[in-house]
Formats: sequence, structure tokens, C-alpha cells
Amino acid sequence: MNVTDLTFLALCLPFLGALAAPLLTRALGHNAAWVLALIPVAIFAHFAGFSADVAQGEVVTGGYDWVPSFDVGFSWLIDGLSLTFILLISGIGALIVLYSGGYLKGHPHQGRFFSFLLMFMGSMLGLVASDSFLMLFVFWELTSITSFLLIGFDHHRDAARRAAFQALVVTGGGGLFLLAGLILLWNISGVTQFSALTSLGPVVKASPLYLAALVLVLGGAFTKSAQFPFHFWLPNAMEAPTPVSAYLHSATMVKAGVYLLMRLNPVLGGTVAWQIVLPVFGVATLVIGALLAVRQTDLKLMLAYTTMSSLGLLVLLTGFGAPYAIEAATLYLVAHSLFKGALFMVAGIIDHETGTRDVTRLGGLRSAMPLTFAIALAAAISMGGLPPFFGFLAKEEVYAALSAFDWRSLTFAALAVIGNALMFAVAFAVALTPFTGKPVATPKHAHEAPVLLWLGPAVLALAGLAAAFLSSTVHALISSPMASAVAGEPRTVTMSLTPHLGVPLALSALTVAIGIGFYLGLARLRAGTAALLAAIGWGPDRGFDQAIRGLLRLSFAVTRWLQNGRLDTYMAVTFVMVAIVLLVPPFLFGELARPPIFPAIPLHEFAIMAIAVIGLFAVVLAKDRLTAIVSLGIQGFSVAVIFLLYGAPDLAFTQFMIETLAVVILALVMTRLRLSPSDHRPRRETLPDAAIALACGLGATLLLLKVTEGPFNTALTDFFNQYSKTIAHGGNVVNVIIVDFRGTDTLGEIAVVMIAGLAVLSLVRLRAGSMRRIADNDPDAEEAGR
Amino acid sequence: MEPVFAVLTGIFLTIAVYLLLSKFIIRMLLGVAILGNAVNLLIFTSGRIMREVPPVIGAGLDVPAGPTANPLPQALILTAIVISFSFFAFLLVLSWRAYSSLATDNTDAMRVAEPVDAQLPPLGY
Amino acid sequence: MKSLIFRTAAPVIVGVMLLFSIFVLLRGHNEPGGGFIGGLIAVAALSIYGIAFGVETVRRAIVFHPLAISGAGLLLATLSGLLSMVFHVPFMSGLWVYPVILGEEIPLSSVMTFDIGVYLVVVGAVTSIALSLEERGED
Repeated sequence: MNVTDLTFLALCLPFLGALAAPLLTRALGHNAAWVLALIPVAIFAHFAGFSADVAQGEVVTGGYDWVPSFDVGFSWLIDGLSLTFILLISGIGALIVLYSGGYLKGHPHQGRFFSFLLMFMGSMLGLVASDSFLMLFVFWELTSITSFLLIGFDHHRDAARRAAFQALVVTGGGGLFLLAGLILLWNISGVTQFSALTSLGPVVKASPLYLAALVLVLGGAFTKSAQFPFHFWLPNAMEAPTPVSAYLHSATMVKAGVYLLMRLNPVLGGTVAWQIVLPVFGVATLVIGALLAVRQTDLKLMLAYTTMSSLGLLVLLTGFGAPYAIEAATLYLVAHSLFKGALFMVAGIIDHETGTRDVTRLGGLRSAMPLTFAIALAAAISMGGLPPFFGFLAKEEVYAALSAFDWRSLTFAALAVIGNALMFAVAFAVALTPFTGKPVATPKHAHEAPVLLWLGPAVLALAGLAAAFLSSTVHALISSPMASAVAGEPRTVTMSLTPHLGVPLALSALTVAIGIGFYLGLARLRAGTAALLAAIGWGPDRGFDQAIRGLLRLSFAVTRWLQNGRLDTYMAVTFVMVAIVLLVPPFLFGELARPPIFPAIPLHEFAIMAIAVIGLFAVVLAKDRLTAIVSLGIQGFSVAVIFLLYGAPDLAFTQFMIETLAVVILALVMTRLRLSPSDHRPRRETLPDAAIALACGLGATLLLLKVTEGPFNTALTDFFNQYSKTIAHGGNVVNVIIVDFRGTDTLGEIAVVMIAGLAVLSLVRLRAGSMRRIADNDPDAEEAGR
Repeated sequence: MEPVFAVLTGIFLTIAVYLLLSKFIIRMLLGVAILGNAVNLLIFTSGRIMREVPPVIGAGLDVPAGPTANPLPQALILTAIVISFSFFAFLLVLSWRAYSSLATDNTDAMRVAEPVDAQLPPLGY
Repeated sequence: MKSLIFRTAAPVIVGVMLLFSIFVLLRGHNEPGGGFIGGLIAVAALSIYGIAFGVETVRRAIVFHPLAISGAGLLLATLSGLLSMVFHVPFMSGLWVYPVILGEEIPLSSVMTFDIGVYLVVVGAVTSIALSLEERGED
């Protein structure tokens, strides 16, 4: 196998694993996690093999044709940016799979959970590896769908269903914006692949459609990455089991929006709009998320809102446009994935082992759970931006980017300090409060977590420490290539643990000082924000419910208006439309036929046509059933004779047989019924109906006159006449067309005939009375119908 | 010849539509039967009319000896006749069942699927 | 239908009509006729038989359920189309053989079996419709 096929296999592997997971879990129980974790490990190993090349600045592309006529391929692009994401997704994914094995141990649907989780992993890998726009969109929506499945995993709870639905509507809807944006980009640039788009940045920025494309792409990115005011789905998504929160809603999926912004930074970035919109939304999300986090007492919700803040910070940095901003974004993205994933898993451990995750009902766990405490502390130190963890490097770089002496930088730096200080307070509230102080009675007796649970967060916390000490290696392999890919030009990240005196360090110290203050005054701060939110009293979360309810009512009203349940209205509307379509072109667009010249026709032909017309009127005017049926037969037979006279013996015979059968079965059915054949229409309905009917008839006549006026294109007829005998060996051209030239059509048509036969039979066999009970909403009706 | 057929088709369609606009299913059925003929005539006419020469190639010949009627619309109509008959039979039985279950042949009174007092769909999750 | 004359004449008429329907089916490729028309003639014959002797008699006479006949026809038509796959030509290509039987060259083709399939589908489906309605009439 060559590299292309292997990479394709690696991208497919999670989906194959998703198929195997339920069976494997049935066989091995929760220990299936050890086997399933091999899938992300294998993916990690495969893609890590590219890292040396990518660190040299190489871009690995590959793939297959998908829809060549639209220049759409199934192709991937592996540069510093996507490689970092792939390694995070597969690396953290392996730990999450193990963690899920312990967290959902004994859960009856654990196999299903693994399956969903692996499907998500595959979708997310596909998203970040995509080179073609369409592939990115497909995987983007797949992550929304798998996220829906995972959030709604406990589908018997209302809250989980609501959260899942909300996440799907917001992120899936955002995906549609993204699709529109990508189509615009395709339209502007003429390419369908990111690798080709990167160099076309100036073309895109010069286009008049630039702003539209930007807004649409941001619509996709901001919903996915939970930017204010589209953030509300993220905290609600905490209804999902904790492994999902740790994986999707902190480490990977919510970063897809940031990924998109980073991927398009060389193309869309650097403009005034980009440098205003992104930082403003980012900093608003940062501060609002941190404030909302402080207000929470649920460990997972606290972390969820700080995730929102961190995403805001990433968006701010991606769009800030100052030196070091891109580097800071890459460092912070990696650091955040490590410490936030670990903290979520710690929150899950506390919940799992004590039975609660309300921070006010927890305390003194350090002696019962020393290992968990150590992990939590390590992650919190990284989140707080303290040495010697990777988070410190990230925070230093962030402040290096923001610390210029102009009003813009100062404003953003001040807001970032406040946001970061709040996050600092929340980090230690999560990591210290449950473990310190006096032991508090918890619903479950607390003891240390099993290895499957602590392994994941421990590895992540240690990774945060190791990455800080081995910063030069990490920068060479990960940070610098990623920053270069985002910036679209070579960048080198140099930040190390060695403190450099300067403004960034001062800002860091300020953050820590304010953060400690916030931590100590957390109770008061919590009460304050709670009072503030109560005063506002309305948020996008409630707005979402109101919007959905309004939509349902509106669609109901529209449906009732369009479908009022009266068949005669539907028919009238339909035929009025038919009449309009037929009559508007002749009279308004000059398509009216010339006055026709009626040829003299032989008496017998005229007689047959006259009989047909008489039969038609007799059907309408008949006073009793039998007359109507016989009249119907008369017009049908007249048509058959007309076919015979004008060179269509096959049609004539078929029509004769059919009309005979139709009359027979009509007579058979109608004699059973007391149906009224005569017209009950009052005159006020007769006239409009007649007018509609006449308009349709006139329209058809005018259409035919116009059609037959022009010369006839005999290409098809000549073809059939010429080849019927020579190729298809048949003299009856009509029959040859039916069974040979257009045989596939006929196959479909006889299938329809047979289905009609089946339908008639089942309708006849349906037991009398069962339908009436269905009509009366009798619950036994279905039973009786069997 | 075609103008005559155009008028004839128009008459067929007028009668069919008029019957279909009725509220009573049996009249609608008659309308469906006639509509089939109207459409067949429409196809037949737009393929141009030719008297009395069926599109059959005689023995020993490779192509028709002279001009013949257009075979293509005939092939289309032939299957259409059979299908519209099957469809007609289905509608006939359907309306008969509807009549025997709902005891009415007036479409205004057939409101099982779309009741007059339809409720709002459920608003919760 | 109690008419003695009708009951006496019916079997003869039905027999002739069925034979005629097969004749129309087979000559359809070169002369007016074909599967659709032939099938409808056969249905008419069976309906007459049903009116004369009752639906049960017809059902016994044709042995198989009408819709089974229809299904067999659809299968035959599909297989006639699929046969072309064996010979690596596009779906539904006509295939011809000319075996000489009793000194007479008989053209046989997948097109003919397809037309027979059409015939069977029409016979089965329309007979099913007609019979089930007649049956209701006897209740």
C-alpha cells in the first residue's frame, strides 16, 4: 500500500471501528476500550510519520477524484495546521476512549457510545484533513450530527434531547452558512481546494463578494466555536456524558470554527473587516464567557463557560493581526486542549466517584483522591498560565501579542486580563475547592478513581508539563509549522519557560494578582453576576426556545392556510395554475398561433369526432349512472376509432380493450354504490368551474396550434424508422420502440402496472370497517386491520 | 388536419377539468378517465397527424416504403393507455373503499387526514 | 350470468380469444400487436369466463394467483434485460439467435422474451384487478 491509500485507510478507520464497537463491547464489556483505543493510536502513529516532513515546511496532499466534472475531490491537505489538529484529535481521542471505558462501565449502551464517539472522531479527522471545500462541509455537518447523537445519548431525559436538538440546529444551521460561504469562495477564486486557494488571497480580497463570503464563513465558524451570541448551545451540551464534554466540547469539535478561521486566515485575513470583527466577537465571548463561568456552581458548567472564553481568546488572536498573535493562538490552542480536556475528565471523575459535581457540595477530597487532586492541580496551573506548564508559555505569547502601546492593543489587553483573571479564578475553583477544606458528605462515598479514569487526565497533565520543558522540540515540530500554515508565511515560535522581563510578564503577574483576588471573592462575584443576569432576565437560550416555538406556530398556520383539507380548493388552484401557464405565453409574449386553416375532412371522420364530443357532453349531463358509464364508453371507443383512422392500429386495439374493461369494472363497482353521478353543483360554483375548465381547454388548443404550426423535427422518427428493421429486426416500429429501443422505460412501466394491481388487491382485501375505525381514532383499529 | 385535433383535444380537456372540479368522487373519476384520453390526443397531435399508414415496415423492406404515421408518440401513448387504466382502476377502488368507510362521496366531508379542528403539533422536546 | 347460450358459447369464445391473444403477442414485432394488446385480449377472455362461470372457476383455471403471474412476467422482463450483461453489452440490448427447427428458421430473441414478460405482467395485474372487483360483485 502506498501513502495515499494508507492515509485514506487511516481516515476511514474510525468509521470501521464504529461498526465493530458494539460487537466488541458485547464481547469484552468495558475492557473493549483498550482495543478500541488502538484505532486512534494507529491514526496518531500514521500521521506522526508526516511530522518531520511538515516541520520542514512541506505540505502533504493526496486523495481521489470524487465528482471530477465539478472539480470536487476527496482530497486531503496535511500541513502544520491540520497535522496539529489531527494529532490532538487522535491523541486525546485515544485517552477519551479509555476514559469512556471506565466512565460508562456497565452502561447498557456503552457499545453504542463507543460507536458514536468513533464516528465523531472520524468526522473530525476528516474535517481538519479536508483539502476540498465539499469534503470539509460534509465532515463539518457530520461532526454536528455525531455531536447531536452524543449530546442526546441519555435520550430519555428532556434536557438532553433539548440540548442535542439545540446544538444540531445551531451548528448545523451554521454549516449551511459555511456551505454558502465556500460556494462563494469557489465562485470568486475558481478553485475548490484550500491548497490552491491559499495563494489566491489577494484575488479573493479584491472581489466585491469578499464581504459576503466573509460573513457567511464567519456564520459557520462562530456557531461552531460558540462565539457570543451563538454560545448558548455549548453549556447546554454539558448534558452529554463527561467524556463527550471533554472531547467534543473542549478539545476538538468546538475548535473546528477556530480551525476554519485559521485555515482561511491567509485567504480572508488581514483586512480591516477581519481585524475588527474577529477581535470584537472574540473579546466579547472571552469576557462574557468568563463572567458566566463564575456564576456557575456545577463543575462542568464552569468549565464549559471557560471553554467559551478560551474560544473567544483564540478568535481574538486569530484576527488580531499583531506580531506574535498567530503564534499565541497556536500555543494557546494546544495548551487549552491539554488542560481543558484534563480538567473535564477530573470533573467527570469527581462526579463519578462522589455522585455530585456541585462545587458547593464538595470539599476535602484530597485525602480520598490524592491522584485526582494532583492531576487537577497540574491542569489548573496550566490553565492559570503559571510556570512550569505549557499554559504559561501560551499566556506569555498572548500578552506579547497584545502588549503594544496603542489604544487598540491596550483596550484588548485590558479586557483580556480581566477575562484571563476570571478564568484563573474558575480554574482554581474547580481544582482546589472540591479537594481542600473540611470533608463534606457526598451522595457516594468518595475513593480514588480506577486506572481507566485517571490515565487520560494524567497523561494530558503530564503532557502539559513535558511540552513546557521540551518547548524547543515542540515548537520545531508543532508550533512553528502550525503558525506558518496559519500565517501563510514562515514563522518561528521561540517562547520558552525562561522568564523574560517585560510587559508580557507584567501583564501575567497582574492577571495572577487579580485572579487570586477573584478567587477569594468568588462567592460575592457569583452573587453579583447572578443578580445581573436576573436583572437582564432574557438570553439567547430562551430566545432559541421562543424562536423554535414561533417557527412551529408559523408553519402550522401556513400549512393550514395552504392545505385547508378541501380537495375542490386544491383542484381549483391546480387547474387555475395550469390555465395560467397555458394562457399567459400566447397572450402576453406573442406566442399566439396564426388563425388555423381547418381542412375539409371526410364525413366519416367528422362523424366519429362528433360522436366523441357528444359522448363527452353526455358524460357531464347524464342523469343516472348507467348513462354516464355508457357515455364514457362512447367517447373512449370514438378515440379508438380515431386512432385507427390515423394510422395507429396498435393504439386503437389497446384503447378498445381498455375501454371495454373500464366500462365493465366501472359498472361492477358503481352498481354496488349509491354514488350520485349527477351534478349537485349550485350555479354559483358551476360558472367558475366551467370558466376554469374552458380556460384550460382553450389553453391546450392554443398550445397545440402553436406547436403544430412550426416545422416538425423528424430526427427521432427517422432514426426509429431507419433502424427498426436493420438493427432491431422488427417491422412494427411502435412495438420495436416499446420492447427494444426504449425497453428500460417499458420495464419501469410494467412495474407500475403490477404495483397498481397489488394496490388494488390490498385495498379490496382490506377488511371492511377497519378504515372507519381508523377514521374514528379507535386505538383497536390497527389491531382489527391485521 | 392538426387544427381539428387541437380543437378536439381542447374539448376533451375542458370536459375532463370540469368533471375534476366536482366535489363528488365518482364524477372526478369520470374526469380522470377522460383526462387520460385528452393527454393521449395531445401527444398524438403534437407528433403530427398522418392518415391510414401505420408505421409498419413490410416484409422484405428495410425502411418504410413511404411516409408513415409517426411511431414515437404511438409508443408513448400505448404504454400510457395501459398505465392510466391501472391508475384509474386503483382510484376507482380507492374511492369505493373511501365511500364504504366514510359513508360519503363528497370530498368536503372527507376530513380524516386533515381534520377541521387540527391541533398544534407538540411544542416540547 | 345464467344465460344458457352464453354459458355454452363462453368456453369456445374464451379459448379462441386466448389463442388469439398469443398470436397477437407473437406477431407484434412485425405486424400490429404486441405484449400490451395481447395481454389485454387475454384479460378480456378471462373476464368473460369469470362472468359466465364465476370468479372461483377462473382462479382454479389459471392455477396461479394472477399477481404471481404478473410477478413472473416482471422477472422474465428483467432477466431478458440482464441477459445482456452476460454478453458484455449494455442493459436491455436485444440478443438474437436463429435456430433451425424442423427445417424452419425461427428467430428467437431477448426482445421476444421481454415482450412475453410484458404480456404476463398485463395479464396478471389487470386480471387481478378485474377478478377482485368481480368477486366483490358476487358477495
